[in-house]
Order: sequence, then C-alpha cells, then structure tokens
Amino acid sequence: MILRTVARLMLPILLLFSIFLLLRGGDLPGGGFAGGLVAAAAITLQMVADDAAAARRLLGVEPQALLPMGLGLALVSAALPLIWGQPLMTSRFVHLALPGGAGFELGLPTLFDLGVYLVVLGVALLVILSLAEEEE
Amino acid sequence: MAALPLAFAGLLVSWAPAVLAGERRGMSIAWVPSLDVSLSFSLDALSLLFSLLVTGIGALVILYSIAYMEGERGLGRYYASLALFMLAMLGVVTAANLLTLFVFWELTSISSYLLISFRHEEKESQESALTALLITGAGGLALLVGAILLRQVYGTSDLGGILAQPGLLRGHPYYGWVLGLVLLAAFTKSAQAPFHIWLPRAMVAPTPVSAYLHSATMVKAGLYLLLRLSPVLGGTAGWQGALLSIGTLSMLLGAWRALRQRDLKAILAYTTISVLGMAVALLGLAVEQAVVAALVLIVAHALYKGALFLVAGAIDHATGTRDVAALGGLALRMPVLAAFAALAAGSMAGVPLTFGFLAKEAVYASVEAWPAADLQAGAVILFLVAANACNVAAGIVLGYRVFFGAGRPQAAKPRQPSWLMLLPAGVLGGISWLLGLVPGMLDGVVASALAAALPESHGVRLQAWHGLTWPLALSAATWTVGGALYGLWPRLLRLPPWPSALSVSKAYDGFVHQALPGLAVRVTRAFQNGSLRNYLLTILLVAVLVVGGALSASGLWAVPVLSQEGYTWPEVAMAVLLLAAALAAAVARTRLGAIVALGAVGSLVTLVYVRFSAPDLALTQLLIESLGVILLLLVFHFLPPEFGEVASKRRRGADVAVAALVGLVMGTLVLVANGVQLAPSVAEYYVAQSLPLAHGRNVVNAIVADFRGFDTLGEITVLASAALGLRALLRLRGKGRGGRR
Repeated sequence: MILRTVARLMLPILLLFSIFLLLRGGDLPGGGFAGGLVAAAAITLQMVADDAAAARRLLGVEPQALLPMGLGLALVSAALPLIWGQPLMTSRFVHLALPGGAGFELGLPTLFDLGVYLVVLGVALLVILSLAEEEE
Repeated sequence: MAALPLAFAGLLVSWAPAVLAGERRGMSIAWVPSLDVSLSFSLDALSLLFSLLVTGIGALVILYSIAYMEGERGLGRYYASLALFMLAMLGVVTAANLLTLFVFWELTSISSYLLISFRHEEKESQESALTALLITGAGGLALLVGAILLRQVYGTSDLGGILAQPGLLRGHPYYGWVLGLVLLAAFTKSAQAPFHIWLPRAMVAPTPVSAYLHSATMVKAGLYLLLRLSPVLGGTAGWQGALLSIGTLSMLLGAWRALRQRDLKAILAYTTISVLGMAVALLGLAVEQAVVAALVLIVAHALYKGALFLVAGAIDHATGTRDVAALGGLALRMPVLAAFAALAAGSMAGVPLTFGFLAKEAVYASVEAWPAADLQAGAVILFLVAANACNVAAGIVLGYRVFFGAGRPQAAKPRQPSWLMLLPAGVLGGISWLLGLVPGMLDGVVASALAAALPESHGVRLQAWHGLTWPLALSAATWTVGGALYGLWPRLLRLPPWPSALSVSKAYDGFVHQALPGLAVRVTRAFQNGSLRNYLLTILLVAVLVVGGALSASGLWAVPVLSQEGYTWPEVAMAVLLLAAALAAAVARTRLGAIVALGAVGSLVTLVYVRFSAPDLALTQLLIESLGVILLLLVFHFLPPEFGEVASKRRRGADVAVAALVGLVMGTLVLVANGVQLAPSVAEYYVAQSLPLAHGRNVVNAIVADFRGFDTLGEITVLASAALGLRALLRLRGKGRGGRR
C-alpha cells in the first residue's frame, strides 16, 4: 500500500524528470538515452508496485510500438537535410525563447534524441514487461 | 506500352547518322562524387546496334504479349518486370562507366529472375529462376571485382578513359585477373559451358520472355561486354585460348543437345547456346572479319530466333503442346504462321538471300582470314560446319516438320492465333530476308561497331552474294550434313541419355541441394550447439586471438603503459573495492549473491566515472544498474537459486584460465590504447566544435546525437531488434508450452 502510494506520487515527478533530462542533454548531463531509462524506471516502478497489466495501461501503447516510432523519428531527423540538399544528418537549430528570458536550442539533434528516448523506453519496457508477464 | 520502346527506337534511328559520323551522345549524373562514381551513358555505334535490338524487338514482344498473355493473372507484374528489363538492358549497352554497367547488368539478372518466376506458385519456376539468378549473379559479382581491378589499374572507371589507353592493362600484373573475371561474367550471362544450364531451365518463363530475354537480348549482354572490352583485354594468347575453347565447346554442346530435344522451346534454347558459343569463338579469333561475322551473327540470330520463339509460343497457344513428336501438318490449319515460321527458319538454316546465310558465309570467311596453322584452322572449320549443320537440322524441324511433316493429326481443332500474335514473328522473319537481300543498309552501323571493338579496322561491305567462293562450298557441305542429320533425327532422339557423370546440371543440383545445405548443417551444429558456455568460450577466445594477435604483431606491448602520475588514495581504494566485488561476483554460490556483487561493481564503476568527471557516463551507468537489477531478478525467477555445479574440475580450470587470459589481453589493450597516439586526437575537435556546430555545451551528448549520430542510429536499431528477438523467443516458448499441454 505504501509502495503503491509512493509509486503513484513519484510517477509524474519521474516522467517530468525524464523529459527534463532529455531536453537538457544539449548542455548538461542527460540526453535521450538517460531520459528514456528514467521513464522506463518510472513505469517499471508501477509494475513493481502493482502488476504488469497496470504498467501496460499506464503506457497506453504496446511497448513494441515505441520502437518503430523512435527509429522512424531518428531516421526522419537524419534524412530531413536531404530535402534541402544537404548531406545526411546535417544539423539545424532554432532558438526557442521561453517567457522570462529563458530559452533553449531546438534542432534536429533534439528530434533525433527524442527518437533515442522512445527506442530506449520501448526496448526496456518490452523486455521487462514480457519477462514479468511470463513470470505471472 | 509498345509505343514507348517503338518511339525510343525511332529516336535511336534519327540519331544514327550523327552517331555513325562519330558523334557521341551521352549524359552523366554524379552519383557518389566522393568515390568518382557516376551514372553516365554514352551512345556509340556498338551501343546503337544493341539498343536498336533491345527497343525494336522489345516493342514487338510487348505487342505479342498482349495476345499471348491475355487472361493471365499478374499482368501488371509481368509488364512492369518487362519494362524494368528493357531499361536495365539499355543501361548495360549504353553505360559509359564500368560501375554503371555493373548496376544495370545486375538489374537485368534481377528482372530476368522476376520474369522466369512469373508463375511463382510452381516449384519448377522457382527453382529455374533461382538457378539463373545464382549463376548470372555470381558472374555479376565477378564483373564487379573485375571493374574494381580495372579502376585500380586505370585510376578511373570511366569507359572512355579506359579505352583511351588500350595497352596499359596488357602489361599489368592484374591482366590475368581482370581477364578471368570479365570472362566469367560474360560466360555466365551468355550461357557458355559449363554455366549454360540456366538457359534451358529458364524456358519455364512465358514464351515472349524467352524470345526477348533468353534469345534476342539479355544473353547477348556477355557478348556485348566482350566486344566493348576487347580493345583492352583482347589480342593475347589467354583471350584467344579461353574464347576459342569455351566458345567451341558451347557451340558443339548446344548444337548436339538441341537435336536431342522434343520440346520446341528446348530446341530453341540449346541452339541459342550453340550460336552464342559460335559468336564467342569468333571473338576469340580476334581478326577483323571474325568480329564482323560475330556482329552479323548476333543480329541475324536475334531476328530469326526471336521470331521462332514467338512462333513456338503461338503453336503452344493454339494446340496446347510444344512436343515436336505430337505436332505435324499445322500448315493447313495455320498457313500464315507456317509462312512466317518458314521465313525465320530459312534464316536459321542459312538459306541463300537470308541474313542467316550471310552470317554463315561471314563466319566461314573469317576463318580464312585467321592467321593460324592449317591444322588449327581446319579443326575450327570442322567444328563450325558441324554446329551449323545441327542448326540446319533444327531449322528443318522447326520450319518444316512441325508445319508440313506427317505428324499425328491434331485431336482438337487448334485455336487460330490472332494477328497481334502472328505479326511480330512475321516482322522479324521479314527483316531477316530484307537484310539478307540488301545487307548494305547495315554497312555503316556494323563498320562503326567494329571500330569500337577493334580500333584498327578497315570498314565493312556486306554483300548478299559473294559468288562461287569456298565459304559457299562449306555452306553446301553444311546443308548436306544438316539434311542428313534431319533424316537421322528420329533415331538421334532415341539415343541413350548423356552419362550423368558428365552432367553439369546434376553437379549443380547436387551442390545446391545437398553439398551446400550439408555444409550449413555441419557449421550450424558445430557452433550453434545450444550451450551458453561454448558460445561464450568461442566469442572470448576469438576476441583474445584477434586482439592479442594484433597487439603482439604490432609490438605495442613494449610501450610503457602505466603513466607515472601519482594516484590518490580514493582512487586506489576504488580499484581495490572493484577488484574485490568482481571476485565476489565470480565466486558467489547463490544467484542473489552474484547480483549483489555485480551491483556493487556497477556502483563502483559509477563512482569511478564521477571521480574522473564523466557525469554523463555516471548517470547512464547508474540508471542501467537499477534497471539491470530488476531485469536480473525477473530472469532469475526462471532459474534455480543456486548455481549448478560445473561438471569437472578440469573444465572449471579451463574457464578460469580463459577468464584470466581475456582479462589480461583486454586490460593490456586498454592501457596500450591509452598510451599510444596513432593519429591526432579527435577529442579536442569535439570539445572545440560542440557549441558552435552542435549548439550544445554537453560534448558527450553532441557526439552521441550529432557528430556520431549515425553510430547511434545503428545502435538503437540493434537494440530494437534485440528486444524484438527476445519478445519473439518468449512468445515461441509460450506457444511450445501451450502445445505440450
């Protein structure tokens, strides 16, 4: 009961943290890989507290569906420069200003990193959930 | 659909005067500029001659297909493959770059595969298509290697550049290799012995395909390659010996085997092998007259053989059989088809005033011009007459016996072929006679094509009638022997079959269906034996062997590996703890103990990263460590809590020895790698460029997501496939259990 409550409280924090890691990866430790792992840990925590079915409900999509999404996103971000005649994986950036003077650089590598994030999340959850269900 | 190749043929004809005057039409598209590979095409007379065959016969074959293929399923696929082939074949004969040529060469093999396996539900179609693909595909690979070697020699793969220095290769040590590889490519494509077996098998393809790909055009690609490269490769004893021997062998083998067939298409296929062999042998003679004879023969054969295939298809369509023994007296039922067949078969048998007659005369005349010993020339003449006589006999079978012979009466009244089905054969047969009567029309194009293959040539004058010369005497001998062979034909059919020890076909089947799968089974059993310990041992020992071998070969052992800087006590303590934890993991008796020890190793490694300021690595390591523990716990649910005893002390000892060896080699590798600087470090570049180029201060992330993003893309793909594989394995396991219940 305690674990379940804590897990529920932790979930939004962990997920926010994972996105925070993803976005700050450009300048500070973090990035898609770490972010994906944190997100996977967040969902896995629900699995430990409740069961695999609850974790699946929380995720909303099949974990294996995340793989083509992530790979596709990474591939698109890699191939996009071809459209404007630049070599594969040439990066481009826009500066995204946030209210209050803050802001961050958003570019194709960020999109690429989001692809990594999704693949890592998908792989980790696919393995963990499959094994856990096998156990049940 | 037929309009497009027809329009193209018209365009080619309109270009012809300019091209024959020496003008080159071409274009070039940069493809891989960094490797100097371009998609470039150029049209000279040799290309023009072949392009005209490809587009002209292509248009007729498409028209014919409309009637022949009516009501078949998968027509979209059929016409798409046919169009792909036409494009590929035009690419082959107009390519101005060796690598472009290779790409289109392979495309012809692929489209041929698709067309042979058109009725892909049938086992025979699949097998035949695969045979053709394997043999011509292997030749294609040989062509690729040959092209790369040529590029090494010439510094360019541009054909114009290579042909501009014809003498360079002959003195080069690579000459033998290039010659062998190019000949392999040409011989497989043009169905020369012993690679000829794919062509008779390819006859399962719809008949228009056989007419177009497997007699008129694709099988001539090998001859085109030989013609195209003969200025560079030709004129040596090796070239002459290989072409003469293989060409003569194929010529005789094809001619003889043709007379042993009852299937119309099989007869046509084997005579095709025979004629291709004759053309190869002629190119081996390497005199001007012989190259002219080969060119004339190629055109004549494309016309009459294309027509006869179309006739065979029409007969099959009308009567439902292609068995010569079951056919006869068709002339009364299908007089127009009989007339058209007679036109083409006349050219095949070399009746005077046909183009086939002219080709045969040119062939005989070329031996006269060949500067060789009388004995050799006599042997070649003898072989040529023998092969041509078989062709005459086959021509009589196809043009006379089927239509006028006293065959069994047809059970059912044959369906009348439509005009769409008759006309293409008539057009091809008619051209065979037109060119035979006024061969001067071709003087220009043949002379210019000859100049492309044999730069020091003198021009050509083709004549319908040479007068009473000795080639005419040889022709007369050919007809006599051919007539006699036709008389003996029913008896030839009854001769015992080829001894199976000599059958290339059986050898091929044995190799593909028994030897190769057997080897695969043995290799799989040896390495995939299901024991995790063996897998690990194999991987580790190979790694030790390769890395250790490379290290000792390079002599880098000697580099002073440990830096002289002092170590602080936290570092030493971490190292000691790491060692202790790793050792504990190795000797732990229970799985839980091993997990805990491994967790300690992971956490300590994280500390090491923190200590040496690699926060990214530390973060990732920590996360992986946490998820890893969960994973291990999940997996251990399926395993007993304690490790089983390893079988014997000796095996344990071996494991310890291997582990120690791996540790030693890998440890040395890390230390050596740290101490040696082979090239300027890339680290400074990344650190300096991270912010300006990748717009980020985190160098590690800039490398992963930007500078080396391609690596990352590969890595996540591997990761995703591994996860999917695991999922599939788990499902398989669940299914197997469900089945047992």
